[in-house]
Amino acid sequence: MSISLETILQLSIILPMFAVVGIVATGRKPDLREGVTISTSLVLLYFVIKLYQGIKQGESISVQWWEILPGLQLSFNIEPLGMIFALIASFLWIITTVYAIGYMRSHQEQNQTRFYACFAIAIGSVMGIAFAANLFTLFIFYEVLTLSTYPLVTHAGTKEAKKGGRIYLGILLSTSIAFFLLAIVSTWFVAGTLDFKPGGVFDSNVNTTVAGVILVLFIFGIGKAAIMPFHRWLPAAMVAPTPVSALLHAVAVVKAGVFTVLKVCVLIFGVDLLAVLPTTQFMLYLAGASVLLASLVAMRLDNLKARLAYSTVSQLGYVTIGALMASSSGVIGSSMHIGMHAFGKITLFFCAGAILVAAHKSKISEMRGIGLQMPITMAAFFIASLSIIGVPPTGGTWSKWFLLMGTMQTEQWTIMVILMISSLLNIAYLLPIPLRAFFPGTKTSFAGTGIKEAPLPSLIALCITTVSCVILFVYPQPLYELAKAILVTPG
Amino acid sequence: MLAHLPILQVIVPLMAAPLCLFLSRSRLVWLFALIVSGLAFLISSLLLQQVMTSGTIIYELGGWDAPWGIEYRIDQLSAFLLLIISAVSTVVLFAAHTSIQQEIPTGRHTLFYILYLLSLAGMLGIVATGDAFNVFVFLEISSLSAYALIALGKDRRALWASYQYLIMGTIGATFILIGIGLMYQMTGTLNMDDLSRRLPEVAHTRTVFTAFAFVIVGVCLKLALFPLHLWLPNAYAYAPSIVTTFFAATATKVAIYLLIRFTFSVFGLSFSFTALPLQMLFVVLGLLGIFVASFAAIYQKNVKHLFAYSSIAQIGYMIVGFSVSTTTGLMATLLHMFNHALMKSALFLALAAVIYRIGSVQLSQFHGLGRQMPFTMAAIVIGGLSLIGVPLTVGFVSKWYLVLATIENGWWPVAVLILLGSLLAVVYVWRIVEVAYFKPALAGREGTKEAPLSFLIPIWILVIANIYFGVDTRLSVQVAQAASQSLFGVSP
Repeated sequence: MSISLETILQLSIILPMFAVVGIVATGRKPDLREGVTISTSLVLLYFVIKLYQGIKQGESISVQWWEILPGLQLSFNIEPLGMIFALIASFLWIITTVYAIGYMRSHQEQNQTRFYACFAIAIGSVMGIAFAANLFTLFIFYEVLTLSTYPLVTHAGTKEAKKGGRIYLGILLSTSIAFFLLAIVSTWFVAGTLDFKPGGVFDSNVNTTVAGVILVLFIFGIGKAAIMPFHRWLPAAMVAPTPVSALLHAVAVVKAGVFTVLKVCVLIFGVDLLAVLPTTQFMLYLAGASVLLASLVAMRLDNLKARLAYSTVSQLGYVTIGALMASSSGVIGSSMHIGMHAFGKITLFFCAGAILVAAHKSKISEMRGIGLQMPITMAAFFIASLSIIGVPPTGGTWSKWFLLMGTMQTEQWTIMVILMISSLLNIAYLLPIPLRAFFPGTKTSFAGTGIKEAPLPSLIALCITTVSCVILFVYPQPLYELAKAILVTPG
Repeated sequence: MLAHLPILQVIVPLMAAPLCLFLSRSRLVWLFALIVSGLAFLISSLLLQQVMTSGTIIYELGGWDAPWGIEYRIDQLSAFLLLIISAVSTVVLFAAHTSIQQEIPTGRHTLFYILYLLSLAGMLGIVATGDAFNVFVFLEISSLSAYALIALGKDRRALWASYQYLIMGTIGATFILIGIGLMYQMTGTLNMDDLSRRLPEVAHTRTVFTAFAFVIVGVCLKLALFPLHLWLPNAYAYAPSIVTTFFAATATKVAIYLLIRFTFSVFGLSFSFTALPLQMLFVVLGLLGIFVASFAAIYQKNVKHLFAYSSIAQIGYMIVGFSVSTTTGLMATLLHMFNHALMKSALFLALAAVIYRIGSVQLSQFHGLGRQMPFTMAAIVIGGLSLIGVPLTVGFVSKWYLVLATIENGWWPVAVLILLGSLLAVVYVWRIVEVAYFKPALAGREGTKEAPLSFLIPIWILVIANIYFGVDTRLSVQVAQAASQSLFGVSP
């Protein structure tokens, strides 16, 4: 192999950005344009896998670009958590592109070139976030991600899209400027560095009140983690085309949020400091409330995408809880949940989009009996739901297992009860959908309406993610190894 | 030749102004003005280089020793300002020829360039000179030409705006003159360096205190510090677009330069911040300015007004940085002067292009411009993001240092307020974005074309500068740091 791993690391961030040029240049020829996207995503996955093999062999890969401000460098470094995130995002980008080709064409969406271009920028910034070696670099890509997804959210250009876009940008930009940036500057002032370091960057004798306040600023500031009361942007973002909701608002953007929370907790504060901060417990309860309330809201929503969005808010709370519990199982559970939830939720969104494209239905109440016409889609929905709930034979089992272990380790009994109740609520708001689709009773039937499965590319995509959910149950070791390595990474 | 650079910096545009009369055709005058401004830019770059390597340059006019003769004194601070002024002036002039075709009657084009060059010479002079009375002279040169330039605006309200500015500006200048007179009475000198040595001996007198108060109030009028800002929005909105662009980027910066010069160099830090509760006063006025002006900007229907109010808010940031009165705080102010000049010149020049195409800057006329003038509107979006302070733009650099400075000083609530204030920028920038990108083009305006290259090139030079200096901050940060440290008397 001739290219060094350092080069590959840089390429994996730059490549998607460069793909934009190709996408725009071939904008008039849709087949060629999608070809550019697909081949870029394949190369990107190849790169990320190379990097994965690299760090599996124990190599440390890091790159410094240049100093933007004295002492604040754009630099990248691969650690296990970032690896998990990059692997998931780059793999799912391919699948989503395949899905998007079927969806966007049969839905006859406008401005597809802009759509694919912004998508590529978003993925590039996700790679930047995943591999950032310090908070400063992460923050920059975090903001690029917000801005590049704005045109995707407002893709339709309608009044609702504009309104959704307003809430989306308003909350994400506001929280990041008002709280996140303040937290970063404060960290820089108190600790003198923004580098991610195992065990954290703060002195052991740091004023816990100050650090506690900074923690609150971080949790509120990372709006992408959608902790209540800063979650409203996520349902608002559902006006976007379904592939966007699927990859960005079930995987890339929201995972960028919880990923940042996890990194801040483990590599800026460090588990030991986190455990003694006066505000940790409060934030933990807040995340718990977020889990519970979002599930309750999801129960009473009839729009499928909106219900899935609130379900995401709730599931993101799990990851934040795991991070804040400051225990090894919690952190492992959180990191695994980033992956498990990604596969489950993207499948659910793929299904929602497939139903929209094939049957033009977006309301759950109208989906009774649709399973007979769209058996594959609804079967996939059923399996993905199991993964979100966390029962075998799906991947979600493992992450919930570790999260519950974490609550026991740290004796957070309230949180444990919250997690249990929430799982029950998951069952209540997810499972009836596929069940009623297959067993509608006598009320309605779609026979003879001519509704059939979604276009083939979309169908293939959702099958792959569904199978992945099951594979992750049988074979979770790679994910587990990476998750376990987070706490022990040497400098 | 190199030794005479400080005087050439001022004298070239000053002498070139009347020469414009000999060139009859509009295009020729334009080329001439452009070359002169380009020369000024070249000189200021050389000066900055010289100052950064070998320290303050002292130039004695006509060979007369200071304090008898007039002395030009270029330190890091003045070199930095000279560069900002001459660079913006040159880039803006690129578009001037096209822009004034529509906004100023052909017969007055020569007059326009004469006034423009005089105004440029005045501003450069204020910054270059080391003599307090000379400051006043140049202040009047630049102000008088500014009043006339604003009055050239197409809209008849320009006359009223110019008159308003004339009254307020003259009061400000008179206050400064009174202050300088009182200082002269007490010390018998007008040389700033000399003043700074003689003033401490008489610092306890009421006369010096009065002089200080007059100078500060006069300067604050000129820099449009809230609540002395009332002249600014109309002056900016009704002036010809090129004039607005040039002044928005430079005029208030020169006034802030004077504030820094008088407080730090002439009166001295310890006097300035003890004679008056300046710190308290400025932090409150600065923050009030940020919030009141940003809220006002949100409700404007005229986009030029909108950005004019935003300028007042941005001045608030600079004043807050100043009031922290630490090296980091002053550095934040200096950086924001540089950065704000880049943002506002890009934004106002883009507006000039919009006026050129559709003849209006009412927000209600912006419908559909996102598609019709994609490059111009993209420039407004990027300029707007820079105003908000998004990373990878210059706005982020200023914000970072400003927040850091307040936190270093333990002013947590101020840091929070600064960041909250920048959220208001999101609101007023996004109002424009939504109208331009989500509304279909107005009936009868379907055929609007992108602005001509004579606009797009200078606009995008400025936009790229907004990004470049947000990514590679070596120049701006180093110079601002050196200037700030030398003003505090810290050896770098």
